[in-house]
Amino acid sequence: MAGELALIALSAMLVNNFVLARFLGVCPFLGVSRKMDSAIGMSFAVLFVMTVASVVTWLVQRLVLVPFNLEYLRTITFILVIASLVQLVEMVVQKTSPVLYQALGIFLPLITTNCAILGVALLVVQKDYGFLQTLTFAVAASAGFGLAMVLLAGLRESLALAAIPRAFQGNAIVLVTAGILSLAFMGFSGLVRG
Amino acid sequence: MQHERPTGPVPASALTLSDALSGEAVAGRPALDVAPRPAFNLREIGDDFVRGVWRENGVFKQMLGLCPALAVTTTAVNGMAMGLATLAVMVASSSSVSIIRNWIPGSVRIPSFIVIIATFVTVVDLFLNAFAHDVHKTLGLFIPLIVVNCIVLGRADAFAARRSLPRAIADALGVGVGFTLALIALGAVRELLGMGSVFGISLFGDAYPPFLLFLLPPGAFIALGLMLAGGTYLAALSARGN
Repeated sequence: MAGELALIALSAMLVNNFVLARFLGVCPFLGVSRKMDSAIGMSFAVLFVMTVASVVTWLVQRLVLVPFNLEYLRTITFILVIASLVQLVEMVVQKTSPVLYQALGIFLPLITTNCAILGVALLVVQKDYGFLQTLTFAVAASAGFGLAMVLLAGLRESLALAAIPRAFQGNAIVLVTAGILSLAFMGFSGLVRG
Repeated sequence: MQHERPTGPVPASALTLSDALSGEAVAGRPALDVAPRPAFNLREIGDDFVRGVWRENGVFKQMLGLCPALAVTTTAVNGMAMGLATLAVMVASSSSVSIIRNWIPGSVRIPSFIVIIATFVTVVDLFLNAFAHDVHKTLGLFIPLIVVNCIVLGRADAFAARRSLPRAIADALGVGVGFTLALIALGAVRELLGMGSVFGISLFGDAYPPFLLFLLPPGAFIALGLMLAGGTYLAALSARGN
């Protein structure tokens, strides 16, 4: 069991990295990675929401959708659950921890349209994971997201000082950099089969 | 996420088709024949369409909707399928949002839009599964993920929620066609470099050594980066030529 969980974690974090191999969450990956601070803030916000959201959607799937044969409503239900969860998290964090709210506040609304969150919820259903597997998968996936995000932010801070050919300035060089980063992550494939 | 062109002064008495559709008769007169000008302002509608196709192209100009754009464009055909699915959802959801825009309270606007979009995504999902099963299998996870495509929600909120039905449809068509063209272009470039063919038609014969990298995930990032750089270069060239 522990071995299986470790395998899931390794696969979700490195081999099938959410951003670099599965293309989930590319918008925040490119949009919020200009500065290291915001990249770290976004990574923690995603870690938090993704873990809670995947557990709640797993419960909804097992306790509501399957028993009542409502699986065709999965997309609508999941996105509604995620949207309201993000609102709830925002309110709770604002009330209980102003410091945390200052750090994560501006990232939370953006997370509703982060496809990595809905992606995890749907992948968990597709793979028919149990509770512990779901939890591991979500934590590892968001850790992988954070890893890619922090790496790219570091690269972009160095890029800001580099002499870049005029045609590549702006988004073009960031995309090529992300491509090379993704190439580096391909080195992990073969580490885990399947 | 609002990229609106300042709209010209519109006479307060102007009545649009969607006002008529909303069933609210103005000043006691029947709803449909009070328009002091045609409900269709063709020039405005044409402009809404063209702006979305190129000037505000989601993928190339605003870097939005990149997840599906990068993930499914291993071939031009796949890119087209994804683009058309998104186009269908956009047109349906933008027109629904425009029709009921006067009844949605501002505070619950985003959740309402998300439910509308999710409904049409489910329709497209089930439709593709039933009538184009192969396409459904290729696009996989990215069909339900149309729900969280920022372009769809962005246009619904920034444009359709404040405009008449014809303009909302024109805008959705424009942005959707622009998205589809961008995906076809990216798919064609990757297919050409990766397999030496476009739309499945081999261009170089068997002599072409496939550059597999462009079919793999890193190739998606690099191909889009090179295309953006090429676009910037060409724009600079033509600016110098003038």
